[in-house]
Amino acid sequence: MSLLEIEKLSLTIGDTPILSDVELSVAPGEVMGLVGESGSGKSITALTVMRLLPWAARASGRIAFDGIDILAASEDQMCALRGDDIGMVFQEPMTALNPVKTIGEQVAEGIRWHTRASRADAEDRARKMLDRVGLPSAQFPLSRYPHELSGGQRQRVVIAIACALKPKLLIADEPTTALDVVLQAQILDLLRDLVAENRMGLLLISHDLAVVTEMADRITILRHGEVMEAGDTARTLSEQRHPYTRQLAQASMHVPARARTHEVGQDDPLLQAAKPLLQVERVTRDYPGRRKSLLKRAAPTRAVDDVSFSIDPGQSVALVGRSGCGKSTLARMILALDGPTSGTIRFRGEVITGKSEAELKPARRDMQVVFQDPYGSFDPRQKVEKLVAEPLHVLEKKPTNAERREMVAKALHEVGLGPRDMDKYPHEFSGGQRQRLSIARAIITRPKLVVADEPVSALDVSIRAQILDLFAELNQKLGVAYLFITHDLTVARAITDQVMIMHAGKIVERGRTSRVLDHPQSEAAKALVAAAPDLHRAIARRLQEQG
Amino acid sequence: MTAYLLKRLAIALITLVLASMVVFAVLEIIPGDPARLMLGMNASADQVELLRNQMGLNAPLALRYLHWAGGLLSLDFGRSYTYSVPVIDLVRERIVVSLPLALIALALSTIIAIPVGLFSAGRHGRAGDTIAMGAAQLGVAVPNFWFALMLIYLFAVWLRLVPAGGFPGWSAGVWVALKSLVLPAIALALPQAAILARVTRSALIEVLNEDYIRTARAKGLPFRAVLWRHALRNAMIPVLTILGLQFAFLLAGTIIIENVFYLPGLGRLVFQAITQRDLIVVESVVMLLVAAVIAVNLLVDLSYAVVDPRLRSRQ
Repeated sequence: MSLLEIEKLSLTIGDTPILSDVELSVAPGEVMGLVGESGSGKSITALTVMRLLPWAARASGRIAFDGIDILAASEDQMCALRGDDIGMVFQEPMTALNPVKTIGEQVAEGIRWHTRASRADAEDRARKMLDRVGLPSAQFPLSRYPHELSGGQRQRVVIAIACALKPKLLIADEPTTALDVVLQAQILDLLRDLVAENRMGLLLISHDLAVVTEMADRITILRHGEVMEAGDTARTLSEQRHPYTRQLAQASMHVPARARTHEVGQDDPLLQAAKPLLQVERVTRDYPGRRKSLLKRAAPTRAVDDVSFSIDPGQSVALVGRSGCGKSTLARMILALDGPTSGTIRFRGEVITGKSEAELKPARRDMQVVFQDPYGSFDPRQKVEKLVAEPLHVLEKKPTNAERREMVAKALHEVGLGPRDMDKYPHEFSGGQRQRLSIARAIITRPKLVVADEPVSALDVSIRAQILDLFAELNQKLGVAYLFITHDLTVARAITDQVMIMHAGKIVERGRTSRVLDHPQSEAAKALVAAAPDLHRAIARRLQEQG
Repeated sequence: MTAYLLKRLAIALITLVLASMVVFAVLEIIPGDPARLMLGMNASADQVELLRNQMGLNAPLALRYLHWAGGLLSLDFGRSYTYSVPVIDLVRERIVVSLPLALIALALSTIIAIPVGLFSAGRHGRAGDTIAMGAAQLGVAVPNFWFALMLIYLFAVWLRLVPAGGFPGWSAGVWVALKSLVLPAIALALPQAAILARVTRSALIEVLNEDYIRTARAKGLPFRAVLWRHALRNAMIPVLTILGLQFAFLLAGTIIIENVFYLPGLGRLVFQAITQRDLIVVESVVMLLVAAVIAVNLLVDLSYAVVDPRLRSRQ
C-alpha cells in the first residue's frame, strides 16, 4: 500500500490555476523523483502535502497519507503530522535556519514539541541525530549558531530537524541545488542512507534530471501543473516516450555547436603571435583572521594562494572548484574589484593591480561581468534601456541619446531580444530573458573578456541550453574571451576550451576541457568528476542494476 | 563580544564629549548676557562688568568650557540665576517625577504595542489587521494633549478615580504619587504604542517571509508558536531601536503633557529656564538629557548583541 497517495489534485491561487489533476504516489522505502522546470508546480505540490500553502490557495482532489485525508485534516492534526510523520527539507540551507537560535535548540524543538520529552532528553536525541547526519559533537556542539556553519553543514542540520523523529515520509525540495557537486553527492548519500535505515518514503523534488535519476526509483515529470509522464525512472528516461521527457533529457545534456574552438585557432600564426589577453602572475589574497580578543587575531586566511595563468584572446576558460575554494575572490581581483595581497594581474599587457579607478577606465571597457542571479542583478525600477546602457559610462566619449539607443538596440538584437524590449522593466522578463539582458549589458562595450560567475546555474535546463548557445555564438561572432566560474562540470564541458581546477586557493590542474574532465589527474579534479551527476551514466547504471 | 562592547563604549564617550561642546557653543552664540539678565535692565555697565568677572564670563572660551565640563563631571552644575539654588537640586527634584513617568509610559507602550503587532502580523491583510492598524493610525494622528484632556475628563472629572493634575511628591506615599502619574503616562504611552505597534508589525511581517519560518512550521509548530518563538526575536532589532528613541523622547519631550497635568518635571524646568534665560539650567539639563540619550543608545546597541548572536561574533 502506498504511504502517500495524491489523486486528481488541482489547486488555484486566486484565479490562477497552478496544478491540475496531479497524480503521484510514494511507497514506504521508495524514492519518488518529482521533476519539472521552475513554475511547473513541484514545490506547490510538496507544500500542499504539508498544508503550508499561502492562504489564498484552494486545493481540490484527494491526498491520503497513511490513511489520513490531508486536505480534510484539521490544523491541529496537520501540526501533529508535520515534523513527526512527515519531514521536509528545503532548497536554500543558508536561510533555512533561524539565525538567533542554536542548532541544538532548533533540532531539539521539534522533538520536545511532539514527544513532550524533557529538555535534557530532547537535547540528547538532537545530539544523536546531529552525529548521524555527520556533525560530530567535537566540532559541532549543540551551542553552535547557524552562521558559524557552511551551507552544506546547515543543510545537514535541516535534515537532522526533518528526520529527528524518524518520519515515514521525507519531502526534499531541491535539497542540493544550492550546494557544490561534492557536497551534493554527500547530502544525496545521506538521504539515501536515511531512506534505507528507516524504510522512509522520499519525495525528491529537483530540476536536475541527473540527480533524480541517480536517486529515484520512480519519476514523475511535471509541466505547467500537469503530470506529463510518470513511471520507472530508468525506463522512462531511456525510452523517452513523451516528447517533453525527451526535450528535458536533451536539454540536460545539451552541448552548443561550436564551429571553431580555440585549439584550432592556435594553428593560426597570427593568433599565436598575439600576446595573452589576461595574465595572472603569482597572485595571492589574504583575508585578516577573525579577532579572537581585543588584541589578538587568528592567522589570516589565504583565499587565493600563488595563482598564475593566462587567457588568450577569444579563448574560453572554465574556472572550476568547490564553493569556498577561492574562485570568486580570484574573479573579483581579475575584474579589479579587489586588490591582491601580492602578485600582479595584466590585462592587454597593462598592469591593472594597484591602479586608481580613473586609470582603470580603459581596462573596464574591455572586461565585463555576468552574474549568477538574473533576478538580483537589475534595479527593478529602471528601464532596460538604462540598465543595458550602464557600462557605457566607461567610454571615452559619452554617446548621445540617439547613439545610446542604437547601441542598446544592437546589443539586445545580439542576444536575441527586440528593440521594443528597451522600454520595459526587468520584471516583465522571464529568468532566461533576464540573463540575456545581463549578457547584453556585458557585451555593449564590445569587451575582450567576459567573466561569467555561474551564469546558468539559476536557470532551467531548457533555458540553460539556450543561454549556453548564446555564449557560444557570441564567442564566435565577437571573438570575446570567457572566464566561466562554475562548479557545474557539464557547463564547463559544453562551452570551454580549457579548464582550470581550483582547490584551497590554488590552481591544481589545467588543461584541455575534455582531457581534464575525462582523465582527471589531481585529487581535487577526481573528486569533482566523481561527484558530478551525469545523466548518461546514471541511466546506464540504473538499467544495469535492473538487468 | 568584549571588542564590540568596548567599541560601543568608546563611541558613546566620544559622542558625549562632542555633544557637550555643541551645547556649550550654541549657548555661547545665542544673544543675551546672563549677567545683564540677572541684574535687570536698570543696572549700570560697571555693575554688569563686575558680575561678569565674578561669574567668570570674561575668561577665555576654552577655559570656561573646561571649567563647565569639569563641573559636570563632579555633578556640580552651578547655580541657577532665577532660583538661586544649585542646579543639581532643581534637577534632583524634577527627575523623581520625569524618570518614573518616562519608565511607566515606556513600559505601557511596550506592553500594548508588542501584542498588537503580533496580532496584526499574524492576520496580515485580514480584517483584524486592518482594524488594529486603523486604530494605530488614529493613535499616531491624535495629539496627546487632546487625548490627555479626554482622559482627565473621563477618569478624573467623571469617574473620580485619579487626580486631574499635580504631583503630591513621593513623600505622600508611593501609591498616591503613582496615581497622579497614571493618566499622564497613558497619554504619553498611547501615541508611542501606536508607532511601536506599526514597527513591530512590519518587522514581523518581513520576518514571517523568511525561509526559517517555513522550517519551523514544517517541524509541526502551530503558527502562534512560530510567531512567538521564532519570529518575534528576529523582529526585535527595529523594535529596540524605536524603543530607545522613544525613551529619549519621553524623558525630555513631555513639556506639553507636564503642563496639562501640572507636573513638576524636567520638561517644564527647561521650558521655564528658557523663557527666563536661565542659561546655566538649560545647559545642565540639556547635557543631562544628552547623556541619558547616549546611555540608552548604548544599552540598545548592547541589546542588539543579546538578541542577535551574529553581532556577538562579529568584530
